[in-house]
Amino acid sequence: MSTRLSKGGRLIDRSAALEFSFNGKRLKGYRGDTLAAALLANDQMLVGRSFKYHRPRGIVAAGPEEPNALVNLGSGGRLEPNQRTTVTELFDGLEAASQNHWPSLEFDVGVVNNYVSRFLPAGFYYKTFIHPRPFWKHVFEPIIRQSAGLGSAPKDRDADRYEQAYAFCDLLVVGGGIAGLQAALVAGRAGARVLLLEQAAHWGGRAPVDGDVIDGKPAGDWVDAAVAALEGMENVTLRARCMAAGVYDHGYVLADEKVADHTPGDGRPKHRLWRIRAGKILTATGAIERPLSFAGNDIPGVMLAASVRDYVVNWAVSPGDRTVVVTNNDDGYRTAIALREAGLAVPAIVDARANPAGDLVAKARSLGLRIEAGRGIAKVKGGKRVTSVAICLQAGEGAVIDEIACDAVAMSGGWSPVVHLWSHCGGKLTWDTANACFRPDPARPPLNHDGGAMVHVAGAANGAMKAAEALLDATAAAEAAVTALGMKPKKAKAPVAEAVAEGPMEAVWIMPQGASAELKAKMWLDYQNDVKVSDVQLAAREGYESVEHTKRYTTLGMATDQGKLSNINGLAVLAQALNEDIPQVGTTTFRPPYTPVTLGALAGEARGEIFQPLRRTPMHEWHERNGAYFEPVGLWRRPYCFPRAGETHEQAVHREVTNTRERLGLLDASTLGKIIVKGPDAGKFLDMLYTGVMSTLPVGKCRYGLMCNEQGFLSDDGVVARIDEETWLCHTTSGGADRIHGWMEDWLQCEWWDWQVYTANVTEQYAQVAVVGPNARKLLEKMGGMDVSKEALPFMQWADGRLGGFPVRVYRISFSGELSYEIAVPASHGAAFWAALHAAGAELGAMPYGTEALHVMRAEKGFIMIGDETDGTVIPQDLGLDWAISKKKEDFLGKRGQQRTFLASADRWKLVGFETLDGSVIPDGSYIVAPGVNANGQGKTQGRVTSTYYSPTLKRGIAMGLLHRGPERMGEVVEFNTVKGGTVKARVVNQVFFDKDGEKQNV
Amino acid sequence: MSHFSRLWRWQVGNFRREAAEGREVGTDAPGRDALRDGGHAMKRYSVFAIAREALRHHAGWERAWASPQPKASYDAIIVGAGGHGLATAYYLGKNYGITNVAILEKGWLGGGNTGRNTTIIRSNYLQDSSAAIYEKARSLYETLSQDLNYNVMFSPRGVMMLAQTHHEVRGYLRTAHANKLQGVETEFITPQRVKELCPILNIDGPRYPVLGALWQARGGTGRHDAVAWGYARACSAMGMDIIQQCEVTGVRSEGGKVVGVDTTKGYIGTKKLGIVVAGHSGQLAEMAGFRLPIEAVALQALVSEPIKPCMDIVVMANTVHGYMSQSDKGEMVIGGGTDGFNNYTQRGSFHHIEETLRALIETFPIISRLKMLRQWGGIVDMTGDRSPIISKTPLGNCFINCGWGTGGFKAIPGSGWAMAELMAKGEPGPLAAEFDMWRFKEGRFIDESVAAGVAH
Repeated sequence: MSTRLSKGGRLIDRSAALEFSFNGKRLKGYRGDTLAAALLANDQMLVGRSFKYHRPRGIVAAGPEEPNALVNLGSGGRLEPNQRTTVTELFDGLEAASQNHWPSLEFDVGVVNNYVSRFLPAGFYYKTFIHPRPFWKHVFEPIIRQSAGLGSAPKDRDADRYEQAYAFCDLLVVGGGIAGLQAALVAGRAGARVLLLEQAAHWGGRAPVDGDVIDGKPAGDWVDAAVAALEGMENVTLRARCMAAGVYDHGYVLADEKVADHTPGDGRPKHRLWRIRAGKILTATGAIERPLSFAGNDIPGVMLAASVRDYVVNWAVSPGDRTVVVTNNDDGYRTAIALREAGLAVPAIVDARANPAGDLVAKARSLGLRIEAGRGIAKVKGGKRVTSVAICLQAGEGAVIDEIACDAVAMSGGWSPVVHLWSHCGGKLTWDTANACFRPDPARPPLNHDGGAMVHVAGAANGAMKAAEALLDATAAAEAAVTALGMKPKKAKAPVAEAVAEGPMEAVWIMPQGASAELKAKMWLDYQNDVKVSDVQLAAREGYESVEHTKRYTTLGMATDQGKLSNINGLAVLAQALNEDIPQVGTTTFRPPYTPVTLGALAGEARGEIFQPLRRTPMHEWHERNGAYFEPVGLWRRPYCFPRAGETHEQAVHREVTNTRERLGLLDASTLGKIIVKGPDAGKFLDMLYTGVMSTLPVGKCRYGLMCNEQGFLSDDGVVARIDEETWLCHTTSGGADRIHGWMEDWLQCEWWDWQVYTANVTEQYAQVAVVGPNARKLLEKMGGMDVSKEALPFMQWADGRLGGFPVRVYRISFSGELSYEIAVPASHGAAFWAALHAAGAELGAMPYGTEALHVMRAEKGFIMIGDETDGTVIPQDLGLDWAISKKKEDFLGKRGQQRTFLASADRWKLVGFETLDGSVIPDGSYIVAPGVNANGQGKTQGRVTSTYYSPTLKRGIAMGLLHRGPERMGEVVEFNTVKGGTVKARVVNQVFFDKDGEKQNV
Repeated sequence: MSHFSRLWRWQVGNFRREAAEGREVGTDAPGRDALRDGGHAMKRYSVFAIAREALRHHAGWERAWASPQPKASYDAIIVGAGGHGLATAYYLGKNYGITNVAILEKGWLGGGNTGRNTTIIRSNYLQDSSAAIYEKARSLYETLSQDLNYNVMFSPRGVMMLAQTHHEVRGYLRTAHANKLQGVETEFITPQRVKELCPILNIDGPRYPVLGALWQARGGTGRHDAVAWGYARACSAMGMDIIQQCEVTGVRSEGGKVVGVDTTKGYIGTKKLGIVVAGHSGQLAEMAGFRLPIEAVALQALVSEPIKPCMDIVVMANTVHGYMSQSDKGEMVIGGGTDGFNNYTQRGSFHHIEETLRALIETFPIISRLKMLRQWGGIVDMTGDRSPIISKTPLGNCFINCGWGTGGFKAIPGSGWAMAELMAKGEPGPLAAEFDMWRFKEGRFIDESVAAGVAH
């Protein structure tokens, strides 16, 4: 059994006992425990089920590479599926539940897959479930879906919050082991701004566990001193619990700081996502131990050797009473020694090498440990827990020599440097034969903007596996990085770690070497996804030879650990099967993040109402108070209508239209785009931008203008006012303001950079109100101030002045066909001005109206709306707007596009109005059908509706639309399709339905 | 009643309903006729074959596709062994009996966008020519597993495109009317129906409440790699040569007609050349002596860690820019936007991921505590109107298929079908007719971005 030892545990505080629960069972642990350590201390080795065969799964590792020990953590708004127990710090009241089983962890019916697993090899689903056809969707796939997935789907909204922060540094050091600490010391002393990140809660990495001695003292003492020294440097920042997730171009790094994972509900953000811009990045991310591939290596109790050591030394947890160590290198002996020193039984060290030798081997011998050299494990026995191992000759085929009773197996297959961050942005790898691993190729680093190396690497992450090498490597790497940053490293005495003489490791990819097919079908590579040696060999046999094919066919390395344990072993098996060298086979692509990052942290503070920026006009609060029903327009929210008690939206819109036509309507038009274009070349510039001529517009006047893109398609419209000799104010659509401003700057900065023009988007600097209706002038006169008479301010002119004491700019323009003034005031006056208009207008029948009434009124007048009559394929000529296109100008944006044959053709769909024969409203989006079908069998069309409304003014349906040669077909009856089948008949008419001669707006 | 028996009854009910609606089509593989003598011997896949092999530790399975050396010349060469290239080859063989074909691949087959998309299949397009080819593709997907004797896991679980502004509502109503005439089955549904179909969706968001959705019940997802592998296996069985790790370095012509290609495995002659290389179309076109109105940008996607099923359909939310479905493994598969600059690195910037996730957490609040497992990028080839090019070229007997942009996976069978017809006959059939490359010169655009649904 696994249990808590009575002594030791460098990370736990025995005075702080904590209670937690696992599958409802109440258990105890200590502050400083990880959940995995606490589970093991309570003899809970079985923690989950595998993905495909639902085999029992135990804790394998002690770090983020853990593929098995994933739990549903917490509940309700704090449920977190797939949480790694090995990196979850224990807290009082923690609730965890195991995953992927039904009805229980101990008894899971899904395990039936295990009993028929020989029928379910890699890719079996590609070869079956083919007939009968509907069965895939209705029978096979639902069953597969039910049994797949790991953690539970949360049901509630996230109860926590997240924040994001920015950091800038000269050197970002990732990893707080001895290499990272030493690198930070070197860079810190050189004066560089250093940011040092460590994913765990504590510093020092493996060295204190491994018993290394630095400068004559235990490594732990050196680590404490180094951390203290770094904390004393003003130019150095240390951040623990902070995982560097991904490296992007130009020194951009994302890091996820787990602020309150271990103190949930204390009011702090759960995570803080750091967006770091670093001059250089130095990764000292260490290495991950590899499992060995022997039959039954997935049975709970089989663990990584170094992780067994971690549990003993860090948390005083014994994973087993009798632990067999199996290794191909000397490091495995450290585990045997640590176990023995903790008073635990190590019945044997099974060493695949024929002649192990070195300091650690000698020490094991001197402790009287049984060493089985040249041997391997033929098979692990046990179900939900290891009961014994059968050993055999490594060079043989698996004939059993001896069987050793044990309840744990500590395996070490060598170490793989953590090269993820190096690789994210293009760093290449080289094969290190001595350590049988890929490590960063210093000749091919990821590059920065200046062509220099963006990432440096140090310590075990660079293949410098021993403490002594790692410290030397870190010093050199940091000095190189600092020098590359243009600083000078200070001379300082480098720390020296006591050298341990270790014998060479020997690559072992399959144990035993000549294992039978039957044994290979029980050797797990990917524990979570149930990928075995036999599966990779099958993929190779079937021609899935590329490493990417093998990965995708077998799902090797696609589990939540993204192959941290399985990839290299799988590659080696593939290489053997293909009779190639490992480096030739290569690796799959390393992608961010290094370990999974919570989506909430990636989204940050932008949640709920502010998940996108919210733009409010100065009158926004008035609208809210007065019951506006809003619609989103870009990032604005505009009142769609102002329904009164008992009114539907439709009734409200009709009332607003009628009131405006008969009395007085007020519209908050502040969202309308307002761009100042100024300078000696401004007129020339606007003549290029608009289809019409703006340079000749007299000061004080307004002109309607159209803008097209380079293809000639209509992209925006609005009224332009000439403010002074060198200044124009361009109104754009509400949704188009930012786009059009960008468009202007694009041309000014990239093409016409020598033109003297300045633009400013002043949309939010002004509040704007449309005062519309027969009583509009009366209201302004009542407000008092400037002369707004027909004579003083004719249609399509503007004037500055004061109204009711407010500084105003009044435009005589109309989008409704009524007598209309659009009045701009500085934004700070907007709310007061709006309120003043309402107060003064009450006796004149003033009512606010929303965007829908605006739409109905413009449609009654036959005015086009960008986005309704246009969709990016419509040119002004299609809309009968030829009058707004200058024939005299040599050029304007879109002119050349409009000359192309398809656009210049007379055979285009053109704007007309439609009146249904029965007075009904044509359905939104309907097409005008034509006889017959096209070559693809689709019903032919000859036009479509673009705007269709019930007109409260005319008491019938009205519509505009595009019809093939429409203006030539007045009076004809056409048919619009409906989604239910059948058609609606409508007569082709002029699109101006109301006040055709414009008498109402010109009073 | 147990969990499994409930599930079973529900599924059988669905099956009966669907069978009653007469949706079932042929149950056997018409493709088998095309698998003629001389091809790579292909054992049929079935549950019986698996059972037989299980008894001998699966030692008897043969290569899914052969690994030949190039011959001196072919009747046709396809450059690019992605989904579109392999499908082109397959339909050349199946529909036109042209099997002396090589498919040349610079890397490994299916390694481009075929293997890195979000696997969505739908055909609810606005423009007639788009709807025609995407619906052809979707309908071929319906029986592709049977045709290829390879389970590509086409799963018509339904695709929903949310309308979250009044403008978007009008846009989707327009698409619904267009689809009605095009014979594409879609409907505009209410927010209540949206919630029924996808209970984890928040339809009352504070910013963009759901106003309805365009729903295509027979849209869905497929297993992307399997599409490439299934076509590759069938092509190989017809005797075609799929040559991986073979980069084309030059295009040779005589008298204005293509005669062969230079490759890293030597010169190979051909009577016809089909260029189907997505992001690298510009380079191949340059070798063939013409230019294309194409730009390459990175499109990103990501997956979460797997969780138990909570979302049965595909949801696309174009106003807020994000789309999501749940894979059979349980991962939430998430797609976002394209980067705003041209490049060839198959990775993306971070800010798009951030924007996408903000939108999706608002739309699906329960995903906030899931974790991003992996993010990646693919290079998409974009034309000026965001529609593909399936076209003759200025070089005789040289044809090109490119420009699928962000929507290529769903089109694979239809694209291959149309391209094969173009290559076999030398002239486009009705499916490809509108997609010629000269349309940009004439301004004859097939602009899909005009519909509210811009993303794929």
